Amino acid sequence: MATVRIPTPLRKYTQGQEEVSIAAGSVRALIDALESSHPGIRERICDDKGAVRRFVNIFVGDEDIRFLDGLDTPVKDADEVSIVPAIAGGVG
Amino acid sequence: MATFNELLTQVKASIHEVSVEETKARVLDGPPAGGSAPVLIDVRERDEYEQGFVPRAQWIPRGFLEIKIEDAVPEHDTEIILYCAGGTRSALAAQALGQLGYGKVSSMAGGFRAWKNAGYAFERPRVLSPEQLKRYSRHIMLPEVGEVGQGKLLDAKVLFLGAGGLGSPSSLYIAAAGVGTIGIVDDDVVDESNLQRQILHNMERLGMPKVESARKTLQALNPDVNVVAHQTRLTSENVLEIIAGYDVIIDGADNFPTRYLLNDAALKLHKPVIHASIFRFEGQMTTFLPDSGPCYRCLYPDPPPPGMAPSCQEAGVLGVLPGLVGTVQATEAIKLILGVGETLSGRLLVFDALGTKFRTLKLRKDSECRVCSKDPAEIELIDYEQFCALGG
Repeated sequence: MATVRIPTPLRKYTQGQEEVSIAAGSVRALIDALESSHPGIRERICDDKGAVRRFVNIFVGDEDIRFLDGLDTPVKDADEVSIVPAIAGGVG
Repeated sequence: MATFNELLTQVKASIHEVSVEETKARVLDGPPAGGSAPVLIDVRERDEYEQGFVPRAQWIPRGFLEIKIEDAVPEHDTEIILYCAGGTRSALAAQALGQLGYGKVSSMAGGFRAWKNAGYAFERPRVLSPEQLKRYSRHIMLPEVGEVGQGKLLDAKVLFLGAGGLGSPSSLYIAAAGVGTIGIVDDDVVDESNLQRQILHNMERLGMPKVESARKTLQALNPDVNVVAHQTRLTSENVLEIIAGYDVIIDGADNFPTRYLLNDAALKLHKPVIHASIFRFEGQMTTFLPDSGPCYRCLYPDPPPPGMAPSCQEAGVLGVLPGLVGTVQATEAIKLILGVGETLSGRLLVFDALGTKFRTLKLRKDSECRVCSKDPAEIELIDYEQFCALGG
């Protein structure tokens, strides 16, 4: 199973868990599985056409999927998948 | 036995002298085509040299001249012009070099005094005062910094976006390091709820503009630092003018519109931006260099729309988190100024305070990035609507 790193802003969908383990063959399948176990989270990652939002990045290992095969990027067991949204705070 | 005056007359008759005009023409204004400029050597003592010297001159005090000249000028047929304060010591020095076999040595008549009287430009070496040598001794001991590196820090100008959570620790360390000019952009005033993390401020400063409070704190820490307060918010109208005067920008802004505006303006003016943002227990850090590596829009092409910004409804941050993240920013800035080490350009460092975990993710330059793939002159600045400030 791959380990998905949930960023702080999305942990309300995972009951505060910082990591979720998911078996999936691709990033797309991984997001589908994540949505079925944690409803509501997909909308924060993908737009209504299913594309990854422009202020969110997904990394498999340390590589950004935009520079791999996008949502079709394969995910293997033992991969660490990171969801990294833009955050604004400098806490002014 | 000759008197000094008789000796000097004798020496001056035996050596070649050049005027300051000729020296300037030959050394500074460039040699004739195909020729090479003479080597200019300042033979005065340290205290005189520190007051100013002719540009491009090497400094070898008269007492060390014969000892050091063969290292400085290995070829005996190299043309050399020597100068001192008034032309006497350099005449004696010219004779000594003649005795060592240097055949094309001149003494600049009238010396540095004549140079100054002619109204020609001169430079001052970066000289650290005894107090500075003491204050920065732990830097100066590092071969990667030394007196030259400390001089670079003293000459550097760093701009902070925000005197808040991130700007507090980073500006304190940048001031302690002796960065000579620190600019701070912030339009807010100090509030009690800031003090859980904004260590620039204190209870006596409540209600005071943050830029003013920051100035007091930083100047009390290090009198070498000149703090420039920009009590305003960045807009497309003022951003270019504000950032133009700085070498490095440390982004600790609290909102997306400012971050995107800064990215685009910094690319336009070729300024490096040290980026960090924090949210609750998590921080992201990277460095954007203007002429290489990705920019903020390669990472996040557009800001989130209102309501999607993760920080809007869920404010709150562990107070110590910006302390850690801000000091990483200060480290990056100091390395950039010194020109040592490897920056975070092309890497996003993500810190999770709850798990005490650091992850490094690769960032790539997007060849289709609609800002950094453009000619900087064509970049247009956008004021995004102010929809979500984490505030306080």
